[in-house]
Amino acid sequence: MSFWRGVACAVLLLVVGVSLGANWLAPAGYAKQYREAAGSPPSHEHWLGTDEIGRDRFARVLYGTRISLLLAPAAALLSTLMAALVGGLAGYLGGRWARAAMTVTDLFLSLPWLFLLITIRALLPLNVSPIVSVLVTFLMLGLLGWTSAARVLCTSAGALRNSDFVRQARASGIRGARLFWVHVLPNLKPVLYAQFWISIPAFILSEANLGILGLGVAEPLPSWGSLLKELEGLVSVGEEPWKFVPLILLAIVVTSFQLVLSNRDEVAA
Amino acid sequence: MLARKIARHGVTLLATALLGGFLSATLVRLAPGFDSDEAQLDPHLSSQSIEALRQQRTDQHNIFTFYVHSLQSAWHGDLGNSISLRQPVASLLRERIPLTLRLIGIALLLNWAAVLALALSAAWLRKFAYDTLATLVSGTLLCIPAAVLALLSVLWNVPGALAIGLIIFPRDYRYTRNLLAKAYTLPHIVTARAKGLSELRILFWHVVPVAGPQLLAVAGVSVSLAVGAAIPVEALCGLAGVGQLAWQAALARDLPLLVNITVLVTLVTLLANSGADVIGHVWRGQQA
Repeated sequence: MSFWRGVACAVLLLVVGVSLGANWLAPAGYAKQYREAAGSPPSHEHWLGTDEIGRDRFARVLYGTRISLLLAPAAALLSTLMAALVGGLAGYLGGRWARAAMTVTDLFLSLPWLFLLITIRALLPLNVSPIVSVLVTFLMLGLLGWTSAARVLCTSAGALRNSDFVRQARASGIRGARLFWVHVLPNLKPVLYAQFWISIPAFILSEANLGILGLGVAEPLPSWGSLLKELEGLVSVGEEPWKFVPLILLAIVVTSFQLVLSNRDEVAA
Repeated sequence: MLARKIARHGVTLLATALLGGFLSATLVRLAPGFDSDEAQLDPHLSSQSIEALRQQRTDQHNIFTFYVHSLQSAWHGDLGNSISLRQPVASLLRERIPLTLRLIGIALLLNWAAVLALALSAAWLRKFAYDTLATLVSGTLLCIPAAVLALLSVLWNVPGALAIGLIIFPRDYRYTRNLLAKAYTLPHIVTARAKGLSELRILFWHVVPVAGPQLLAVAGVSVSLAVGAAIPVEALCGLAGVGQLAWQAALARDLPLLVNITVLVTLVTLLANSGADVIGHVWRGQQA
């Protein structure tokens, strides 16, 4: 398994590296239109062809990968921090604090994820600039995706609260925030890392779903969601197979994350 | 004990519905355009009527008054009006619920038939190649966004129910396979095998009673997954169900419609999970 985990890590590093090099690999950018070559198949100039308004698909895949792969971890970091704060603190304080926090998380968890996302997305303005739409989409994922992680962290922090070393620290006079920051939170690190890594592929897939449904990142900025929206116009799979490249890339990246995570799932549980 | 459990679930359901309703009402109240009413622009209305309409809106400025008013209306079957479709929400839901229920029902049946067939045969045969193949199929499906599966189902003329089934299959398969694999490693099952009991007897007499209650919990969760999967499938396959209605409401920012659908869906998922929990509890009680 460690061999496959190594391969998965290498694939992820390669994809991240290539997407970071988008400025050099596709200097024309993701928005430049080649009107004379709109909707053209792959060629020397355009390796993955152009979309229906003449933008280079290869450049859009590179920039879209960069957006999805940089912002999904940012959203995962935000959700993990929120989970640490809410779940960790609730578990550490225990009693009615833990019960209240768990009631809130239960309420969030009882809503199907996609329903919750589109309800909150509808509350926010849809007609915004592309940059704002990217921030809104990933901020929303980060701010709503903390509940299941908070549940796990609340249980872990609750177990730590009654552990010997925390009792000993308490007996030595360490109290309140210092006890939480110095003794409890560092011991929650393995769970926090696991939750962070688990959230990334989940957020990538959620952004893709939102993008295809027209509720994600706004044009002309590319993301995996908006790139996959192109599949809507297909008549048959064999007709323009190069349009499946973003899907294949997304599947490879998510699979790589799953492989990297394979032992972290146990920690998270 | 069972009555207490059912009562606890009932109270949880009621509390969640009330809290969810309050949050929904808050969202509607805070949504842009809440204060405007097109009826006030009607030139046929007298100044007194317009004033009465304004007064009605002013009464609803307090979030708690608005919530109580919404609750009273909902109690009498009035869920408000859709802003984008200009129809009562209750009648819109009545029209679309049967299709969604049928889709989800068929999807769950197909999904569980496939999950149990594959997971049981994988646990039973214990062949590495077979297990790897099944894991690979479910893993691949897990890496494809639900909306892409819905698009591909349109492309290949796959029925919507099957598309929903394919979306929920990998998660259910993973849990079911792990539960069955874990049950097969229990000491009493290893002993039963060593004593030469037939595989069928081991399965139905020893494995299912152990893994059954947990499988029921997974089945409860799969209802929630199926409801979530109904949004992209109905929206992209052009099926006029509740999922498509939710998507249209989101695009049109029709919050009265959207929050009513969300509360309804929440109640359905909570009912499914509570039902699975209570049946699992009865099952465990009988075993004890």
